Amino acid sequence: MQIPVLVFVLKRIGYMVFTMVAVSLLVFLLLEVNVEGVAVGVLGPYSTEEQRNLWLEANGYFRPAYVRYFEWVSRFFTGDLGHSVRFNVPVADIMWPRLWNTAILGFWAMAIIIPMSLVLGVLAGMKEGSPQDRAVSLLCILTVSVPEFATATFFSAVFVFGLKWLPGISAMTDGFDWVQLILPVAVLVTYDFGYVARMTRASMAEVMTTAYIRTAFLKGLPYRIVISKHALRNALIAPFTVILLQFNWLLNGVIVVEFAFAYKGFGALLLEASLNEDIYLIEACSMVAVFVAVSTQVLADIGYMYLNPRIRFK
Amino acid sequence: MKKNNENLSGKIVPASSVGLAFKRAVKSFALLKESRIGMAGLFLVVLWILIAIFAPLIAPYDPLANFQPFLKPGMVDSKGNLFLLGTDQIGRDMLSRLIFGARRVLIFAPLATFSAYLVGIVMGLLAGYRGGWWDIVLTRVGDVILSFPPIVLYIVIIGVVGATAINIVAAIILASGPGIMRIVRGLVLDIRTREYIAAAETRGESDLFIMLVEILPNARGPLIVDACLRLGFVTITIGILAFLGLGLPPPEPDWGGMVNEARVFALAFPHMTLFPCIAISSLVLGFNLLADGLREISLRD
Amino acid sequence: MTIDYNETVLEIEGLCLSYFIRAGEVPAVVDFDLKLHRGEAVGLVGESGCGKSTVANAIMQYMGNTGAIVKGKVKFMGNDMSEMSGEQIRQIRGKEIAMVYQEPMAALNPSLSIATQMTEVLVFHEGAAIHDAYERSLNMLRDVHIPDPERLMESYPHQISGGQQQRVVIAMALLLNPSLLLLDEPTTALDVTVEAGIVELIAELSSKFGTSLLYISHNLGLMLEVCDRIAVMYSGEVVEEGSVESIFSNPKHPYTHGLFGCIPMLHTDKNAHPLVAIPGQLPLPHERPQGCYFGPRCHSFKGAVCDAEEISMSKIGGEDRNHRVRCPRWEEIKKDDSINRVVAKKPIDTGSTVLEVENMQKYYVMHDNSLGALMTGKRVKYVKANEQINFRAAQGETVAIVGESGCGKSTFAKVLVGLETVTKGEVRLEGVDIGSMPVKSRSPELLSSLQMIFQNPNDTLNPSLSVGMQIGRVIKRFGLESDPAKIKDRVLQLLDSIKMPRDSYFRMPRQLSGGQKQRVGIARAFAGQPKTVIADEPISALDVSVAAAVTEVLMDMQRNYATTLLFISHDLSTVRYLSDRIVVMYLGQIMERGTTSEVFSPPYHPYTEALLSAVPIADLSVEKRRIVLEGTLPSPLDPPRGCPFSTRCFRKVGNICDEELPPVQFAADRHAIACHIPLEELEAVEPVIKLPDRDENVHRDV
Repeated sequence: MQIPVLVFVLKRIGYMVFTMVAVSLLVFLLLEVNVEGVAVGVLGPYSTEEQRNLWLEANGYFRPAYVRYFEWVSRFFTGDLGHSVRFNVPVADIMWPRLWNTAILGFWAMAIIIPMSLVLGVLAGMKEGSPQDRAVSLLCILTVSVPEFATATFFSAVFVFGLKWLPGISAMTDGFDWVQLILPVAVLVTYDFGYVARMTRASMAEVMTTAYIRTAFLKGLPYRIVISKHALRNALIAPFTVILLQFNWLLNGVIVVEFAFAYKGFGALLLEASLNEDIYLIEACSMVAVFVAVSTQVLADIGYMYLNPRIRFK
Repeated sequence: MKKNNENLSGKIVPASSVGLAFKRAVKSFALLKESRIGMAGLFLVVLWILIAIFAPLIAPYDPLANFQPFLKPGMVDSKGNLFLLGTDQIGRDMLSRLIFGARRVLIFAPLATFSAYLVGIVMGLLAGYRGGWWDIVLTRVGDVILSFPPIVLYIVIIGVVGATAINIVAAIILASGPGIMRIVRGLVLDIRTREYIAAAETRGESDLFIMLVEILPNARGPLIVDACLRLGFVTITIGILAFLGLGLPPPEPDWGGMVNEARVFALAFPHMTLFPCIAISSLVLGFNLLADGLREISLRD
Repeated sequence: MTIDYNETVLEIEGLCLSYFIRAGEVPAVVDFDLKLHRGEAVGLVGESGCGKSTVANAIMQYMGNTGAIVKGKVKFMGNDMSEMSGEQIRQIRGKEIAMVYQEPMAALNPSLSIATQMTEVLVFHEGAAIHDAYERSLNMLRDVHIPDPERLMESYPHQISGGQQQRVVIAMALLLNPSLLLLDEPTTALDVTVEAGIVELIAELSSKFGTSLLYISHNLGLMLEVCDRIAVMYSGEVVEEGSVESIFSNPKHPYTHGLFGCIPMLHTDKNAHPLVAIPGQLPLPHERPQGCYFGPRCHSFKGAVCDAEEISMSKIGGEDRNHRVRCPRWEEIKKDDSINRVVAKKPIDTGSTVLEVENMQKYYVMHDNSLGALMTGKRVKYVKANEQINFRAAQGETVAIVGESGCGKSTFAKVLVGLETVTKGEVRLEGVDIGSMPVKSRSPELLSSLQMIFQNPNDTLNPSLSVGMQIGRVIKRFGLESDPAKIKDRVLQLLDSIKMPRDSYFRMPRQLSGGQKQRVGIARAFAGQPKTVIADEPISALDVSVAAAVTEVLMDMQRNYATTLLFISHDLSTVRYLSDRIVVMYLGQIMERGTTSEVFSPPYHPYTEALLSAVPIADLSVEKRRIVLEGTLPSPLDPPRGCPFSTRCFRKVGNICDEELPPVQFAADRHAIACHIPLEELEAVEPVIKLPDRDENVHRDV
């Protein structure tokens, strides 16, 4: 029984490696095959043709693309991510701290989204069609319909300009400040909990109609035992996957929120890099973003296998 | 029913089948009446579509014309022009810009969504029905694209190739096509095990016929619901891109772009950002409610 | 244990049940009475939609959000259940009244082990300690004859077979020794030989524990085997009730007569005695007529008597004092009137051989990517779906292929129509080998000469295309006509011949009933005028009365076109009724083949023998020898080395059965049996089914 599990995990990791290779190729193709673009990115739009050629020559850009690709990939493994033109520091020096800031933001957002959406989803799905179900469903539709930048605008209007409770900027120039974290987290939670809650509700509602829940009731088990022992176990399998895959979508909101509140995070960095054609920074950021995304997908698959005995004991 | 009997004598097969399809479409929309949520969604969406179509008739001013800047909602400028929603930082009428802004989003969001659907459906049908190498290759390609957080894909692509209308639509197709493919593929894998598909195969129907006539129409229910949800999501995406400064270039009005441009003045003049946010939220809400209503009635059948 | 058999366990009086949906109140059950004594088994029989399951849910006080008791009382041990609190009801559920359901797989929680699901019953009702509960569960599993119960306790539901799952559900229900056990179609989802085992088990346990049974089923034959009394339900009400003997020998209600007319009886066949379907359809709950609900479909309907007012149950007297019937004209009606009689039909003249299958073999290749397989190098496994298939079918002949699920009969059908190709051997249609010809490379003529009828009425038609388009497409495709008007004419004629109204041409499949869909499926198969039609379980998903109508349509179509019919089925009584030759399959191999009468009398293959014994027969006069098979069907991935049936065979002669493939012995010209037991011995076996003399036979040939 242990060996198939191991094989499964190894297979998933193998597939992850394949995906990362494909992604790195794609990123390389997009950003570095047009060497002229690289030169413009590094030297700026006002550089002369001659300057660019000299720079390209000096940095080995006239070698075949595949050679440069392998060199690029191997440099990645040594931790040498290149030099950021925009910030004039090594990419690693600016990217890792920014990633840490985003991790803080994401952690707090998830720490609220997960319990909140699971509880609401289970409450709604437990009694399909009841007032509590309709209320939760409507709330979820409303919140997922408002884009993050709109939520940010509304919240700022109320809490920053109206009530003057919270700061409208989360740049944390004087060190870490909890108060500045509130609005960004609130915006992320507002937009993202609805989707997970709806999925949980659907899953729970489906489980409640199954024959084995009827069996549990007709065995004479108390209501709370039927819910906690029989229903939740099966109903939470689907949301588990959804939550882990949600990391991918959370990044949407993270970028918007960091931009809106001037929070110094990974998303804002990627955006700034892109707007300024800071090629090495774009490359590093997108590779890291994809790596995080793919890792959560692998985790989701492995977790799913553990939660679902139908797959675990085949 | 009597009418049908009379019709039987004539040769009306092609015409009647078109008629039937039309009748069914009308009927399924009539069913929507039973869902209050769905009707609310339909109302919002139709409202914005009408506003977009009749924009030149409704809008009080030219959306590009400059008047007195920074007027608050309901204020009148020196020449006596009334600005119901105020003016922006360079004196353009907010209301007119909102009305014309609906055009842009209601052209690009459906265009991008339907193009993505075209790509996704073709890929999904091939992967699901043909199977074998088609399936392996298409699924792997899809997996690679889906492993990007979508916003990263947009930022990198648009950052590299530039923010033009075609590029934005293309980026949306690239980012959502594989997701649609996955859904279509799943539906196809289910439908292809049905006995009527086996019946078609034992009649020697071509793959194309089976995919387009026997499979695709039977996948329409979930696909229509998904398309509605996706329209909402693409609307948000287009808004976000504009908000981040990666949207279509000014000066044509664009809801996300309006928020982006007015952000710095939001402290003193919140109306400049609030109204476009309300506009985009209400349109997306319309799509989402419509999708929910459609799902509700499709489950009831 | 002393059991007072006069004690009343359950008493239901004038019960009316309704569902409240968006459209309003839908009465599901009307005026339902029932009295159940200790140790007694009462059957509720009826077709789908008659309300029999709703009764069970009402007894459990579990009607969902939409259902409710409108009138009447359910008294359990003398106490009115509607006056009990939620907590009291909970105490009764599982402890006093337990329930077993149709789908055992669905009834068990997929993510909890069997041990958890069994012990919790004891823990929550009696506060039993865990290890105590474990021991008692283990003993219960032994009582339901599960081999290796210790291992089973630690298993998850998906790891055990359907028959074992049902035994677990039964064990779970009996853990607290309830007074009443409700069984809602407990064997419908199981194979016949497995069903026989479960039926025997239920009978054994109920007499051991003195449990009263309420047995719900659509199968009259099964009722005869398990029940003391039965109630026949139609459209929400009981139309007739009484002891099993009384109802089977002396049915009074026209609907009961109709049901018997729809069941193929053992001593008749399709030519001498065609089935008589009940005309019309079950009325929708809100369209029930005034007076007798069965009125519109009844041959003995008489205005002013039958449609005047509500009709109550009347006693008919006679031997069974409690035999009651809900019909105002029961004294005047004789059975002949209602089954408005049978005209024998001319047998089809069979012609030359159309289809020949020779040494056909079909293996599916499975790639095993597990680490163990990688290390041993055995990466390719074969699923032996069909092995050594041999038989012939002549023009106009009906050949039945019989077997339980997983015997490879459907794979065989797929090979014939070209959805799969053979691994080895030949399949010749009029001399042409089509076995390795996939459907894509078959010519239109070949395709049109071999068509198929499918099993699932909800799946057989494309939901997006109208009936006319689906049948017309076949005519066009096979080039019978190309002019749209002529195609339409043909479709309309086909609709006539399947007895469907002409305006069904424009109907969408969802507007049709299950039986109608199945008939359209038949019309579609015959539209290209095929020489051979393969029908894969065409009636197994239908109700009795609907199945009879569909069977007759199929027989008529076959007669019209003198088509060769391959009828794939698990139901021996239907097969016996309509086929000329029978092929019995088990685990991909033919165990026995021959004419119908050859297969139904000794010498039998032991598997045929068991199969015959397992078929419930709705006929009091038929005597049956009981054979219950042990064990479960082996996986086709890993079949026994010798005779495929050796693991379950009750006549096993020794090691040879496990080691060597059995030889094919010929008892007559084309009567082949694959068995190690010498023919003489098989010849000497007593017949499984004994038919009475025709004269004694009470309730059919009047």
